[in-house]
Amino acid sequence: MQEQSIHIKGGRLIDPRNSIDAQADVFVANGVVCAVGDAPLGFAADSTIDAAGCIVCPGLVDLSARLTNLDAELLAAVAGGVTSVACPPDTKPPLDEHSLVERLVQRSESIGLARVFPVGALTQQLAGEKLAEMAGLSRAGCIAFSQATRPIFDTQILFRAMQYAATFGFAIRLQPQDHYLALNGVAHDGEVASRLGLAAIPVCAETLAISTALHLARETGVRLHLSKISSAAGIALIREAREGGVKVTCDVAIHHLHLSETDVGYFDSHARFDPPLRASSDRAALRAAVAEGVAAVCSDHTPVDEDGKQLPFAEATPGAVGLELLLPLVCKWAAEDGVPLAAAIARVTSDPAVALGVDAGSLGVGQRADICVFDPEEPWCVRPEALHSQGKNTPFLGWELSGRVRTTLVGGRVVFSI
Amino acid sequence: MHNPQLNAHGELTHLLSIDGLPRDVLVHILDTASSFLEVSDRDVKKVPLLRGKSVFNLFFENSTRTRTTFEIAAKRLSADVINLDVARSSTAKGETLLDTVDNLVSMHADMFVVRHASSGAPYLIADHLRRTGRDDVHVVNAGDGRHAHPTQGLLDMYTIRHFKKDFSGLKVAIVGDILHSRVARSDIQALGALGAAEVRAVGPRTLLPTDIEQMGARVFYDLREGVRDCDVVIMLRLQNERMNGALLPSAKEYFRSYGLTPEVLALARPDAIVMHPGPMNRGVEIDSEVADGPQAVILSQVTFGIAVRMAVMSILAGN
Amino acid sequence: MSLPTLPDAEAQCVALAEMIRPNLQPGTMLVGIHSGGAWIARRLSELLGLPGEIGLIDVSFYRDDFGEKGLHPQVKPTSIPFEVEGRPLILVDDVLYTGRTTRAAINELFDYGRPASVRLAVLADRGGRELPIYAEFCAWQVELADSQELVLEPDASGRLQWRYVDHA
Repeated sequence: MQEQSIHIKGGRLIDPRNSIDAQADVFVANGVVCAVGDAPLGFAADSTIDAAGCIVCPGLVDLSARLTNLDAELLAAVAGGVTSVACPPDTKPPLDEHSLVERLVQRSESIGLARVFPVGALTQQLAGEKLAEMAGLSRAGCIAFSQATRPIFDTQILFRAMQYAATFGFAIRLQPQDHYLALNGVAHDGEVASRLGLAAIPVCAETLAISTALHLARETGVRLHLSKISSAAGIALIREAREGGVKVTCDVAIHHLHLSETDVGYFDSHARFDPPLRASSDRAALRAAVAEGVAAVCSDHTPVDEDGKQLPFAEATPGAVGLELLLPLVCKWAAEDGVPLAAAIARVTSDPAVALGVDAGSLGVGQRADICVFDPEEPWCVRPEALHSQGKNTPFLGWELSGRVRTTLVGGRVVFSI
Repeated sequence: MHNPQLNAHGELTHLLSIDGLPRDVLVHILDTASSFLEVSDRDVKKVPLLRGKSVFNLFFENSTRTRTTFEIAAKRLSADVINLDVARSSTAKGETLLDTVDNLVSMHADMFVVRHASSGAPYLIADHLRRTGRDDVHVVNAGDGRHAHPTQGLLDMYTIRHFKKDFSGLKVAIVGDILHSRVARSDIQALGALGAAEVRAVGPRTLLPTDIEQMGARVFYDLREGVRDCDVVIMLRLQNERMNGALLPSAKEYFRSYGLTPEVLALARPDAIVMHPGPMNRGVEIDSEVADGPQAVILSQVTFGIAVRMAVMSILAGN
Repeated sequence: MSLPTLPDAEAQCVALAEMIRPNLQPGTMLVGIHSGGAWIARRLSELLGLPGEIGLIDVSFYRDDFGEKGLHPQVKPTSIPFEVEGRPLILVDDVLYTGRTTRAAINELFDYGRPASVRLAVLADRGGRELPIYAEFCAWQVELADSQELVLEPDASGRLQWRYVDHA
């Protein structure tokens, strides 16, 4: 289908990469942004999107979303204003084989909603023993390599994997958690886990793994991204490393910005996460770090069906859906902590794009028209019926949020509209 | 957050944990238990309170002792008791916990006594009953993972009240593997709610939970210091598995440092009582001389346990 | 309905004892139903010169309204310090109304053994029976409306006295 010429009119344009936060119209043609502010000469809009009272920003870039049911989750993504999704390699089977990656990319393209950037397996079967064919996986479309939540026990193997990736300039993503210190743990090692009698994961499981990863990254020169930092001590280590010149990026999952160990309540399995929700002091430190720009924010979208959650806490599958909650929850955090909206939007657009090394998250002239138009004031209640994702598992059920996506464009086409 | 143990009228409808129960609810249970003690001395050791009601013992973790005391208590209330040996039953065939519960509810279960290896399992069941509109079915937690064993906590409190009368001046030491102990957590919470002067958690660092002080206990790594001047010493059972996973080197070393011997007990007050939830590991956490000695009230705990469980079941069934 | 004047409860106890005395079988034991029946049974035991302790019964565990009302908050211990088997008993209560409390007390007694006989002595019979129960010994017949309650309690000096409570 020929891309339409679209005039997005009357909105407040927030494009952090290009330092724009102003009332400005956006003009889209041939799948890209062709002008910002004034219409280009001879522009004839096939359709106009009324963005009065709305914010117009780059489509969100989500650093981690599990796309268990591709059709439903890609729809959930664009319903949440997310136009680029990086999905972790822990699919079934894991993304350690180039044909699996090709198939994923093809299917996503034919669905034609959010763009999918697969993260390939670092080791075969994610088993942490033999290297995966990173060059082949990269050619098939992988933009980075990771172990998802699986450990690498052997530090020499981790070292070699980093060296190999660095050879080709590939990025490595790691979720820092020492396997043995976290063994069997299901909750943060603190007052709540002690009272509820839940096996605990101490903060040092994260800091030890962060230190190891940072040291090896310095040695090998690999581009490193640390995902889902959950603790104050952890984020402090990363901040220090960045100040010392280490090329490391990181992200915090949106639920860690809002929730803490007390949200486990009476063993609510919707609050079961990996890494776990930690103390309120950890949450405060993460919020500060995200405000500063030390970390980007991801949804860590993980659909889990009823059967996986209607189990005792320790037996339940960890994770929550978040593609449709990422934007309003980021706005909520920004409003609560007095963070300028432009900075907040950067954390889910331009910053993740840099961390992923992909061309996305900004609306400069000539850039792909991946655009989100949302009403920052519109209230809605998080209810299962309101979610497009197949999974309805979220601890934010029942929350009243502000921020509703009105229109999402991917490559200049409207893919979602209410 | 609404306490799931209370119904819409604020009455106790499940007993899941001592945590969050107001002091007068606990005292009411203890007072009611006193009346039930006498029933066990009659010829006909029964009262008709739960006549026609079905109590299902749902024990996912084996325990003949606890299950038997609940069975005796329920039968003394004239209830019909059904024991479900879950290990060999449908759950082993992959039926979920909640499916098992639903099946039993449709067989007109009035009360579940649940023991499960996972902390929080009884809450899952109680929440499910609430969501499926079954407010008339009650859950008694007979022990969930490391989290709580509220009837044990209550019978321990009954025992202490029986021998010591008033909680306000008491120093109570709880010794052993507190990290893995649901009895310890319930005891600490009950002692706090009933106003004990001081609760001490005594054990090696590997067996003490993080931030146990937040639960109201003072930490002691040294047994002698921990027991000194105490009115009550509660010894916890040390399980064999604790020697794995680098928590402890050996039972022998544990006994040397943390075993209750007559010499250690002498550091407590002369009228101090010694308690143990059972079963005891003689020579591991407790010396036989102490276990069989005049200060040990362990057998009384068992007797009181039946009365306390009768009280709990009657109060729940009537709400 | 205007309420009848309240009689002297202590005097009624004496009158009740005199009704029982000529009909007292050897070996009779008194069993008072908590709380009013307990106080009256103590007085009767003294007045009649009966040896030994009286029995005390709390019917909370035998009531037929457990399903609606739950467990009564104040359960007192039942104590029967004598052999029930083969013995003539007199159950003592303050007010006889529907008869359900008496039924519960009889059921409870039978869990202790098989008495030779059970007779009922009450201070007041206010009619309104819902079960076939009667008091062989009764000091005062009185009619009251459903909303009115008759309460027996000791005053500051320990003397038993009646009081009306209107629930209307």
